[in-house]
Amino acid sequence: MSETQKTAAPGGQTRHRMLTFHILRYNPQDPDSKPHMQSYQLEEAEGMTLFLALSEIREHQDPTLQYDFVCRAGICGSCSMLINGRPGLACRTLTKDLGTEITLAPLPVFELIGDLSVNTGKWMRGMSERLETWVHTKEQELNLDKAEERMDPDLAESIYELDRCVECGSCVAACGTAQMRNDFVGAVGMNKVARFKLDPRDTRTDDDFYELVGDDSGVFGCMSLLGCHDVCPKELPLQTQIAFLRRKMISVGLK
Amino acid sequence: MYNTLIAQAGLADRPRKSRWPAKLDLLQSLTGLFLALFMWGHMFFVASILLGKDTMWTVTKFFEGYYFFDKSYPGIVSIVVACVAVIFICHALLAVRKFPISYRQYRTYRAHMKSMHHEDTTLWMWQVWTGFLMFFLASAHLYQMMVWPQNIGPFGSGDRMWSDGLWPFYLVLLLCVEFHGGIGLYRLAVKWCVPNASREFLKKLKWGITVFFLILGLATLAAYVKIGIEHQDNYGEHYVPTFANQPVGEMN
Repeated sequence: MSETQKTAAPGGQTRHRMLTFHILRYNPQDPDSKPHMQSYQLEEAEGMTLFLALSEIREHQDPTLQYDFVCRAGICGSCSMLINGRPGLACRTLTKDLGTEITLAPLPVFELIGDLSVNTGKWMRGMSERLETWVHTKEQELNLDKAEERMDPDLAESIYELDRCVECGSCVAACGTAQMRNDFVGAVGMNKVARFKLDPRDTRTDDDFYELVGDDSGVFGCMSLLGCHDVCPKELPLQTQIAFLRRKMISVGLK
Repeated sequence: MYNTLIAQAGLADRPRKSRWPAKLDLLQSLTGLFLALFMWGHMFFVASILLGKDTMWTVTKFFEGYYFFDKSYPGIVSIVVACVAVIFICHALLAVRKFPISYRQYRTYRAHMKSMHHEDTTLWMWQVWTGFLMFFLASAHLYQMMVWPQNIGPFGSGDRMWSDGLWPFYLVLLLCVEFHGGIGLYRLAVKWCVPNASREFLKKLKWGITVFFLILGLATLAAYVKIGIEHQDNYGEHYVPTFANQPVGEMN
């Protein structure tokens, strides 16, 4: 923590910054609820993340505050929210990197459960079903006794790199196109297609992938605003993947 | 023969998805690339006035075919302008598909842009507005150049700026072209090929090029306005180069 953020109080005790959280409150289940901002004050602690700050607020100030979390370590992607207007994971954001006034709001595009909690799972499931994000094999039945085909380690690494996506929804919330057009598959969807396209176990051809993303709600709807790439908490190479997919789908379209 | 009927039944995309979105996406990029590069060349041609009236006159005559046919044919310019106009209309048609199509979409995007503080997201709104303005400004300019190509020249262009009162029109058009084209070229690069590692450099390059062309464009505009002011009493008179004793062809 920098010297500007804590001062020595009389008696040798360290005094931390006082943070003010402006949180968007709204409960869609309650007909009397109206979207409004509610402020909470909290003294910053050493190594405090937004997740810890929210837990403090819920524990000691307002038990009705709704937000999501599971892993607290940037793995589950549940705690994605708008932090000062930009999507990010609460558990991966340190308060020391922010000012003393912090605004928090739920991710747009996704169904709002309440306050900062959104149903990304519902959206992601719809996307997965639409893009069929699983390995398609020609074999009708899975033979568990049969040894898997060997895979080149570099290729396996490339697939794993794209598989690091935690479906937090940050890329969708950061996408201007997804904001305007709710049928847009978003970077998460295109990253999935790029991932299965790499996978040699998946027998789908480029023509098959074109059926999934070869239109304006797919890769051709992407306007390369790159909000997705710039906010991805897992730092996935989304720009490169979308460009790659676009080139592949164009080659199918020109056949 | 039954394709129309199949489309009418809403089954045009079955069983195979249309290949048109791919073609249109590529065409949008290609027409944009052509127009942006054309505008770079165009800027250098019109900026030849900064090297003197004779230089600009020579460039004008070159495009009218004078140095190939020993006679000026402004019709050649009309044909080139017509081709550019067709490409411009195609690009406008393809790009307008991406515009916000309702106030709700516009408001949503604007709120998103303001809260994100993300340069590439903000620049898209610049592209939308400059593109929208160019529907009118560029169309008017193209029509004028297509119908009266003989009025392109040191005096003709100067008169158009000052005596015809079009300098504010060209000032706005210049800003629109330079911002729209610069942002568009940057977006084409990140859209198709340039890796993210080069993005920051590319963005700096883009701004550098935009500033360069804006300075060049403003200086050029000022030069034509100055000529227009000096020449206002002889409005309509065509320029005769200092190295020619007699008018050659249809001198402007």
